[in-house]
Amino acid sequence: MRILWWSIALCLPFAAQAQSIVQLQAGYAKQAAREDPSFKAFSAARGQRFFLSKHGNEWSCASCHTSDPTRSGKHDVTGRAILPMAPTVNPKRFADAAKTEKWFRRNCRDVVDRECSAQEKGDVLAWLGSLRAGGVR
Amino acid sequence: MNREWIAAALSCAMMLPFGAFAAGDDDDNERSPRRAPMPAIYIEECGGCHVPYPASGLPAVSWDALMAGLDRHFGSDASLAPQDAGTIRRWLRTNAGRGTANRAEPLRITRAAWFVREHDEIPVATWRSPAVKSAANCAACHRGAERGAFSEHDVRIPRASPPRPAAGPTR
Repeated sequence: MRILWWSIALCLPFAAQAQSIVQLQAGYAKQAAREDPSFKAFSAARGQRFFLSKHGNEWSCASCHTSDPTRSGKHDVTGRAILPMAPTVNPKRFADAAKTEKWFRRNCRDVVDRECSAQEKGDVLAWLGSLRAGGVR
Repeated sequence: MNREWIAAALSCAMMLPFGAFAAGDDDDNERSPRRAPMPAIYIEECGGCHVPYPASGLPAVSWDALMAGLDRHFGSDASLAPQDAGTIRRWLRTNAGRGTANRAEPLRITRAAWFVREHDEIPVATWRSPAVKSAANCAACHRGAERGAFSEHDVRIPRASPPRPAAGPTR
C-alpha cells in the first residue's frame, strides 16, 4: 500500500506537466469566448500563420524561434540560443502558466505592438502542441 | 618507508599555501570585471535573451537607468514582475562597477570604456561575422561567458568569413 502511495506521489508532477498545455488552452478558450462571442475553437493552421508572419514590425515569432519550433532558435540581436518551443521536444515549455503569460506579454509587444488576444495565444499553442519531433513538414 | 611518507606529507603541506594562492588568484586580468555570484532570477530573466552580464560591467547609475526602462530594452520588451525586478536591481547595485573605467554612464556594456579598450584589437570583420554578429554575443568568443568567466585564456575568436572572391573572367 505504501509503495502505491509513493508511486502516485512520484508521478504527480509528471501528470501535472502533461496536463499543463491542455489546462492553458482551456483557460484561453474561456477568455476567447468572453473576448469574442463568435469564438468556436483554436486552429493550429491559424496559429502557424500567426507564428510565421510579421505583423507590421521587424520581427515575427519565427525571427528568433525559427520556422521550425521543434528546433533551437537564436535571439535575433544577441545570438543567444533559445531552446525549442514545441513541448513534445522540450517538455519544460508551457509547464508554468505564469511564465507562459510573461513571455507572451513581452514577445507579443515586440512582434504585434500589443498584447496578444486569447484566440491568438490559443492558436499558437494549438500549433506548437501539434508538432512532433523530426520537424515541421 | 616511514621517512618517505613523512617527506611526502611535508611536501604536500608545503604546497598547500601555493595551491590556495593559485585558487584565490582570479584568472581575469586586473581591468576585467570581477565576478560576483549571480542570483538564479538574474540568470533566468536577464540570461534568457543574452549572456547574464557581470554586474561590474556598468556603474550603478547605468543599471538604475536600465532597470527603469525594461519595457523598452534595446528595442525589446523585457518587463519583469516588480518583486523580481527589485531583487535584480539590488544585486546589480551591490555589485556594480566602481573603478575609474566606469565613470562614464553608458547604457550598453559594449559602449563602456573598459569594454572598448579590452576589445580594441578585434577587427570589424570579426564583429560582423555571422558567428559573432553582435557585441552582446559574448559567448561567441568567451567560452566561459555562461559562468561569468571572461578570462583571456578562455577566448576563441571565430574566423571572420573570408572576403567574397572577385568575379572571375567571363568566358
